Amino acid sequence: MADRQTKIRTKTQGGDTDVLVLVSHPMESGLRPDPKDKDKKIPAHFIEKMTFALNGKEVANADLGPAVSTDPLVGIKLKGAKAGDKLKVTWSDNKGENGSGEATIG
Amino acid sequence: MTHLPRRTFLKRTLASAVLVSAGSSLFAPGWALAAEWPKAAFGAKKIDEAVQALFGSSQMSPSASIKLKAPAQAENSAQVQVQVTAEMPNVEAIAVFVEKNPSPLVAHASFSGAEGYFSARMKMAETSDVYAVVKSGGKLYMAKQNIKVTAGGCGG
Repeated sequence: MADRQTKIRTKTQGGDTDVLVLVSHPMESGLRPDPKDKDKKIPAHFIEKMTFALNGKEVANADLGPAVSTDPLVGIKLKGAKAGDKLKVTWSDNKGENGSGEATIG
Repeated sequence: MTHLPRRTFLKRTLASAVLVSAGSSLFAPGWALAAEWPKAAFGAKKIDEAVQALFGSSQMSPSASIKLKAPAQAENSAQVQVQVTAEMPNVEAIAVFVEKNPSPLVAHASFSGAEGYFSARMKMAETSDVYAVVKSGGKLYMAKQNIKVTAGGCGG
């Protein structure tokens, strides 16, 4: 199985924390023709759900569609997150694959 | 290009499915959408159908409190960065739509503690208006911007 990395970067400035999540994922739309056989389409394969939890409590969740780019880079903002708080991001795709990443707010 | 026949084909085959799913969304309570991936909204072929399927209403008013940051011209239509900042209080959800994509809904984020901000990179089929729809206090607000996609990628 392909290695799907979930990378999280956080940056806190003046009480606001920017969170950027990068997942290595093909985000195949299902509309692209197969290069080997023009009559077929490459089957859709994309992340559907992404959940953000701060210290175990959900703060945001996103529904992504096939129109989100390959290797999706998703950003959210948090207010009042403290240094040392744990942010966990989990995702799942339409083929039942899932993954997660954790970061400590610094 | 096989562009148009493909789209017509999709429209015909999916028309019945969209009708069925749009109907069922009328009965789905709003909170259920947050838990389940909104399949009907992502499958809708028109922007107002997608908004209706996602939020249960397509009544939106333009708002200056929504900051939609996106390039006026996209150099790479497969990687278009959009940032939506909703400056009103009690932002419940932000959704991004590309009007002329085969399925307009790109992404939908709902908030339970995080700020009213969402950014992502998206694919665009062609030059189109991009809509940011924000749900706040049970009402829908929107902002839009046209993003030009250059076919050759030469910036012309």
